[in-house]
Amino acid sequence: MNFVDPALPHPWRVAAVSRELADTVTLEIAPVAGPTPSYVSGQFNMLYVFGVGEAAISLSGNPARRGRYTHTVRGVGAVSRALASMETGDTVGVRGPLGRGWPLAAARGGDFVLVAGGLGLAPLRPVIYEVLAQRKSFGRVSVLVGSRHPEDILYRGELERWQADRDLDVQITVDHAEAGWRGSVGVVPALVPQVDVDWGNAMAFVCGPEIMMRYTVTALREVGMDDERIYLSLERNMKCGVGLCGHCQLGPVLVCRDGPVVRLDSIANLLGMREL
Amino acid sequence: MKSLEEVLARQPFLAELDARYRALVVGCARNHRFPEGAYLLREGGAADEFFLIRRGRVALELAPPGVLPLVIATLGEGDIVGASWLLPPYRWRLDARALEPTVAIGIDADCLRRKCDEDHDLGYEMMKRFLPVFVKRLHAARLQLMDVYGRA
Repeated sequence: MNFVDPALPHPWRVAAVSRELADTVTLEIAPVAGPTPSYVSGQFNMLYVFGVGEAAISLSGNPARRGRYTHTVRGVGAVSRALASMETGDTVGVRGPLGRGWPLAAARGGDFVLVAGGLGLAPLRPVIYEVLAQRKSFGRVSVLVGSRHPEDILYRGELERWQADRDLDVQITVDHAEAGWRGSVGVVPALVPQVDVDWGNAMAFVCGPEIMMRYTVTALREVGMDDERIYLSLERNMKCGVGLCGHCQLGPVLVCRDGPVVRLDSIANLLGMREL
Repeated sequence: MKSLEEVLARQPFLAELDARYRALVVGCARNHRFPEGAYLLREGGAADEFFLIRRGRVALELAPPGVLPLVIATLGEGDIVGASWLLPPYRWRLDARALEPTVAIGIDADCLRRKCDEDHDLGYEMMKRFLPVFVKRLHAARLQLMDVYGRA
């Protein structure tokens, strides 16, 4: 029997580090021994910095790529800062892949809208890779990206390449900019009505800060989307990662086990609830 | 070449406006072309004409002393540029600059205000159209103020 204990971190090696932003890096990691389990876009790993702690980090690379995992990490807390300062050759503990990912199969055949805010683009990037690899399986595809400032746009070079690519409609907006910025300024939900898709048959995947997702949901509902066609990736402070400890509970939902990707109608009433 | 009335009739902002009211608005309207970098309006200037963008993009800018101007929003096709014409003292509170060659319909603010005063039904129709625009911008400004990505 091939039993993998989900509570036991396995040692992986940092194979490559690329700096994305001042406080954000992308780590490529490879197993010290053993296989690299396949994953679904939207899943996450618990990454363990020995002696510091563990954090849930989304997989942000191309799921078709074997032998390595890609994680984009922003250094904001003790663990994420330790991850963001790792160098090639360092060892990191890995538990995963965990959680439920994006239901990409459900989006096939129709128009498709991805809405990302800030680091929320990281869990959506694997979806973009998959869409591009199977482009004919989808209708019109729009990627809406919101950032704080032009200097904070994640994967900017890649986004600009995709913008030039006629296979995707990529729209980027920032909350603040100086006069030299020639792109859009405004919040990402405001881009939603500008998208040319058949909203009645489209699917939307949304990931970003929770308040940004709430506003985006409002914008998606206003253009006629049903809650059943909107999926969100939730972020909660996770500990066990496998639905045992309850640390990441959102009402009846254990985000690590039932999410992080959830269909809006399963949590719609919980999103704006202060106590949660 | 389309008449100004035909052009205005195709603007979502004036969608379903009764033809008789649309004719009143057309009476206050004229076409404009702004080259890239041109200002549609400047902070402190008289708010005597606002704009409906037909093509192009416009940046709304604030220029605090000693630093580069800040872009607080960009507007595009179908958007309204200018709100201060609605309220005394009818002075612009920011700059609006064309980011690219822009075609817009200018509406004489004094002309439209006068017609709205004379015909409150027109005034109500205009209010129903302007209020949602500015409420949406208020909501967006609130979200921008929260600086949500700083804590993402």
